[in-house]
Amino acid sequence: MTNSNDFQWRRDRDGLGVWEHRGKVAIAGYGHSPVDRRWDGENLDTSLGAYTILACQKAMEQAGVTIDQVDGIVCCDSHIAGGSGGSASNWAPRPYFAPPYDSEYGITLINAQWLIGAMGFKNVKFAPTGVPTIGEMVGMASQAVGDGVCNTCLVIYPTGNLEGRYRRGGENADDYARGARQWTVPWGNHGGNDFINIFPHNQYCLKYGGEHDDLAPFVINQHKNGMLTPWGFNVNHGVEPITVEDYKTSRYILNPLRIWDCDRPVNASVAYLFTTAERARDMKSQPVYVLNHSQHNFRFRTTQPDLDEVEMWTDRQAARMYEGAGMGPADVDIFNPYDGYAIMTQFFLEGFQWHGVKRGDAFAFYAGDISVKGPHPFFSSGGNLGNGRTRSAMYTDSIEQLRGTAGDRQVTVRAETALCAFTTPSSGGWLMLGKYPS
Amino acid sequence: MPKVIPVPDELSQPFWDAVNQRRLMIQYCTVCGKLQYPPQATCQVCGSAHNLEWKEVEGKGHIGAYITIEDGRLNRRMPDQPYNLAMVTLDADPTVNFYSNLPGTPAYEVPVGAAVELTFEEVAPGQLIHEWRVLE
Repeated sequence: MTNSNDFQWRRDRDGLGVWEHRGKVAIAGYGHSPVDRRWDGENLDTSLGAYTILACQKAMEQAGVTIDQVDGIVCCDSHIAGGSGGSASNWAPRPYFAPPYDSEYGITLINAQWLIGAMGFKNVKFAPTGVPTIGEMVGMASQAVGDGVCNTCLVIYPTGNLEGRYRRGGENADDYARGARQWTVPWGNHGGNDFINIFPHNQYCLKYGGEHDDLAPFVINQHKNGMLTPWGFNVNHGVEPITVEDYKTSRYILNPLRIWDCDRPVNASVAYLFTTAERARDMKSQPVYVLNHSQHNFRFRTTQPDLDEVEMWTDRQAARMYEGAGMGPADVDIFNPYDGYAIMTQFFLEGFQWHGVKRGDAFAFYAGDISVKGPHPFFSSGGNLGNGRTRSAMYTDSIEQLRGTAGDRQVTVRAETALCAFTTPSSGGWLMLGKYPS
Repeated sequence: MPKVIPVPDELSQPFWDAVNQRRLMIQYCTVCGKLQYPPQATCQVCGSAHNLEWKEVEGKGHIGAYITIEDGRLNRRMPDQPYNLAMVTLDADPTVNFYSNLPGTPAYEVPVGAAVELTFEEVAPGQLIHEWRVLE
């Protein structure tokens, strides 16, 4: 199998010009599994493996593609939350179940190799290992299809959650800090984008005015949009929309970061089917076209990124994406950036200048009409905050908005282009989609 | 405070050795003149791998921002919650910053922008860490 390092697919530098495959790659289908809070450790029908198979089947069904037609599988190792986090979160009681659940694979570990065996893909010629997260996988698949490395490629993002408080074990239970953690953990920073972004966020409030709780209208709107999203967690699990009062009285995690600023880890899987624009035209469902993909992985200059760095990084992300798509801020109809923590989203909004929002304007923008039926339907997916941490709402909503199939979430403004991402200010990727190939 | 104990590695050993002598030594590139912390294998500005030296810097800084950790994930620090975590910029190069719990400053009462000075705290027998204290 191909290692991702063998295939030069990234568009992660400034000044690359318009993407050579602009409009020649399409997404022809997607599939979501149910979204559960956790796997119960018993029911194999709701394991991450079962949910991944289901998501792939749905994506293929929507596109009208058979297993034999799939020749590319881009699937990262599953991301597991649960008590310990990372590789320490394996379920791992023995003995295991009957095949294909006779090891950790299919239960907490999902990757292309397991999936090929479990589903019986016979004609896969591109199934790289060492694949990054969904924010970059969609770019990898786009480039692979554009370059002809494969023609019909499933992108799968499995994200699991097990019993136990979030990452309260493993290295966070250690008395010692090794490697990069020696520079952060002794003072209490256990790592993560909550810590990375809360300091620039506080500097943002000081520099531009405003206070942390000015995020409330944005977070509340994410929850409202989530209640309009039938494949999300909130709408299917009785999560009630929150009020300003709920938000402002919610408990702090990293004061001023509140619990409602954090997404909810879930157990779910999603799949997208990428193919050539030419093939997609004859498939079962309306395709949406890839107009550009871009990635970034900016190096911290010191211990803690500050506001200047974060603004510079997001400016560069926007410049790369807009240049590669041959578009500008005014050309973007649907804007689904990332909200794993609510404190990072304003950096993307302002960096990409969606609907003319400049540096320091985000809180005033949030206070206006950002509903999906209004003139500025910001983050129409509801993101992670409205749907659980599937990290896929941004992509699926964008596809549905361009197809005109977003139901109660369908925006009333023009919906011909969509910009979506799973990214942080420092690392991740963006995808520009179009209703039309050009 | 039962802080988590740093484990030096080959790259960081000179830094922690200096800290244990109550000195702040950080990397310095003799080619481009940039101070660098945490230590890295190469200069992050010019990429030089062979021109990084250790330079003692004055322990003076300012508080750039802070948070108060109320529900962190580190078992060892749970009893300390809530506690401050500040970002301290180094006066010698404000693009270099450090974390600090600001010993002596009550939780939530951090004077952002205030001057701080270097201090040290023992986290295990023979192992100090660098900390920062607000100047009166």
